[in-house]
Amino acid sequence: MKFAVIVFPGSNCDVDMYHAIQDELGEEATYVRYDEKSLANYDAILLPGGFSYGDYLRGGSIARFAPIMTEVVKAAREGKPVLGVCNGFQILLEAGLLPGAMKRNKNLKFMCRPLTLVVENNTTMFTSSYESGEHITIPIAHGEGNYYCDETTLEELKSSGRIVFKYSENPNGSIDDIAGIVNEKGNVLGMMPHPERAVDHLLGSADGLKMFKSLLRNWRESHVTHA
Amino acid sequence: MYKVKVFVTLKESVLDPQGSAVKNSLHSLSYDEVEDVRIGKYMELMLKDTVNVDQRIKEMCEKLLANTVIEDYTYEVEEVVGQ
Repeated sequence: MKFAVIVFPGSNCDVDMYHAIQDELGEEATYVRYDEKSLANYDAILLPGGFSYGDYLRGGSIARFAPIMTEVVKAAREGKPVLGVCNGFQILLEAGLLPGAMKRNKNLKFMCRPLTLVVENNTTMFTSSYESGEHITIPIAHGEGNYYCDETTLEELKSSGRIVFKYSENPNGSIDDIAGIVNEKGNVLGMMPHPERAVDHLLGSADGLKMFKSLLRNWRESHVTHA
Repeated sequence: MYKVKVFVTLKESVLDPQGSAVKNSLHSLSYDEVEDVRIGKYMELMLKDTVNVDQRIKEMCEKLLANTVIEDYTYEVEEVVGQ
């Protein structure tokens, strides 16, 4: 399975993402620059964390207009898995691929620590290797992760099972303890916590690796070659 | 030329964590009359002579300068005589 790791000016979790795929999952990862023009050769698209374009104006607001984003939108429409982590999540929100917006953390602090997430929906292509309601340890590292959406959107997210992860103890003020959501089709996931930083017990947790394993398993199942 | 002043603030319905921190700080300085503080952004744009200034500015605000999911924007246009 071929993963594209998108690199914007200011991305800083691209190497972690690459390591997670290449060394821990054992699949092929390739860095794709923000100014490239095609993602046709990849099976999944990863938008890493960091501070794209210095987070000027708002997190993700400038990155969403980078040339590669046209291709990311196209890949999302084609049904390819698209995962945005942290700043990657903010970019997906700004691009309108996911609903809602991010505000400054409630306590106005940048927080960087492992915490417990609850798997709310284990039927997505990103989470099928988890148990429903499973508690997993994944680190956060953000100053603007206070997820907001209006009441109507929240109801829609709830009723369609699109809230994928919740914080067991809300660190940032996010509405309804939301840590990660998917789009309607279920192939675009945005989350503030960093699964790519939890892929080996040496890092304190390997719970994030299951997400990449889920993606791989689902991809293999949909690409079975019949002899 | 035009000088455009753009103001972007969080919507009324959206809690403003920075604003409440500043309000609390003003209260601790005994400015008890302060009922609410909203923090926003102020931007100045210099525009060449353009037709449809209003429409162009609105587009800029909707596309980039404000995130209309959580923010409102207002602007003022001033005509400036070139040097």
